[in-house]
Amino acid sequence: MEQEVMVKLTELLAQFQVEPGQVSGDATFEALGLDSLDVVELSVKIEDAYGIDIEESDLKDVQTVGDAVRVVVGKAGARA
Amino acid sequence: MRRVVVTGLGVVGPLGTGVEATWQALLEGRSGAGPITRFDTEGFGVRIAAEASDFDPGAFMDAREIRRSDRFCQLAVAAAQLAVDDAGWNGSVPFDRDRVGVVVGSGVGGLETMEQQHDVLRDRGPSKVSPFVIPLLMINGAPGAIAMRLGLTGPNYAPVSACATGAHSLGEAARMVRDGSADAVLAGGAESAITPLSIAAFSAMGALSRRNDEPAAASRPFDSDRDGFVMAEGAGVLVLESYEAAERRGANILAELAGYGASCDAFHLTQPDPNGTGAVAAMKMALEDAKLNPGDVGYVNAHGTSTPFNDRVETSAIKAVFAEAPPVSSTKSSTGHLLAAAGAVEAAFSVMALRTQTLPPTINYSTPDADCDLDYVPNTPRSSRVDAVISNSFGFGGHNACLAFRAVP
Repeated sequence: MEQEVMVKLTELLAQFQVEPGQVSGDATFEALGLDSLDVVELSVKIEDAYGIDIEESDLKDVQTVGDAVRVVVGKAGARA
Repeated sequence: MRRVVVTGLGVVGPLGTGVEATWQALLEGRSGAGPITRFDTEGFGVRIAAEASDFDPGAFMDAREIRRSDRFCQLAVAAAQLAVDDAGWNGSVPFDRDRVGVVVGSGVGGLETMEQQHDVLRDRGPSKVSPFVIPLLMINGAPGAIAMRLGLTGPNYAPVSACATGAHSLGEAARMVRDGSADAVLAGGAESAITPLSIAAFSAMGALSRRNDEPAAASRPFDSDRDGFVMAEGAGVLVLESYEAAERRGANILAELAGYGASCDAFHLTQPDPNGTGAVAAMKMALEDAKLNPGDVGYVNAHGTSTPFNDRVETSAIKAVFAEAPPVSSTKSSTGHLLAAAGAVEAAFSVMALRTQTLPPTINYSTPDADCDLDYVPNTPRSSRVDAVISNSFGFGGHNACLAFRAVP
């Protein structure tokens, strides 16, 4: 599932002018040019894509794309 | 006290992008009005507006900047960029950045964002509301974005006085240059309020023309058959500099912003005082500030909204100021009413009138009104000697502002 989520996040990040080649698990959102407001906006897009709820507290330790993938897998996996 | 000059004009609106294209369209008597395309007008009593249809924000901003700005702000940034290009800043700032201000206002700011995100709140709940709503809707987002783009760290704020905003911005900015608190200021206004709520609300007030089948003929200031204004969107920004600084850097000086007058009717939130007292006071104050006699003025760029009330009251106010009124025209006949941007866009037209010694026409003028009996430069432009121009702007709330421009030899 992680791979699938990574593909989805890459797709969503394109809306923030992030090239697919820039996206990796270690890439921080800051390095990709996203600020905290962008990350909130991205989380709403992820919620819509997976039908999950992401709370503010879930984003507290999210720094990298990999962190976000883990949050999504945890929530979407639990729901499945 | 330092003299204030205009060195750059930036205009974006229904008649095109850039002051030259817009001015040319004015002289050709074109109208920017048409059917509204920005939203579905099914069920609306008013279905026409003057949209900035050929405006491409991508020509001025990158995708990230566009995503982070409401349309009114994109228009403001574009107008500011055009203005500094016109002023020959050539991609740099020819001043100490701390001494360059931005005074650009709007009437309602990011109303489109507000309406769309309110739908999100209502239909999908609070957690789905974009974190960008506040920066997108706030009126001061426009001068903030302009400053970020151009690296201008001087005084920066957004005046708000409805349809008088653009003129107030220029007047207040001129005072800053005049008193030495800034060497240059980008000043003007921006508006993008062709939205469902705005059209419905202005329509409910009876302020808008309902000539849906003839959009190009709908804005007809001073004409007997006028029935309201045509909502328009766009932005106007002018570069103001001190005369000495402009001279020193070899700038192309377009005109002097020689006078500014402002007053309030203190009468009614949306209707002008029928006696025109506030409008008269603003005009007289602008002339006095510019040390101009009424007889020196060769052209009045009227507020001229095409509402029955405004055009009548403005006409009598002009007659109270001028023993012999000079030619008067309303460029809103072509552009529609740009609300907060109107005063700035019309200031640019006033400067163009001085530069070209040509008066732009009031189009759609066919049936004279007994209460509006001045020379409105009907339907075709006119070559005329013009040494000084005044430009009127009146806003809901009773706000009146008048700017006086003088040719610089």
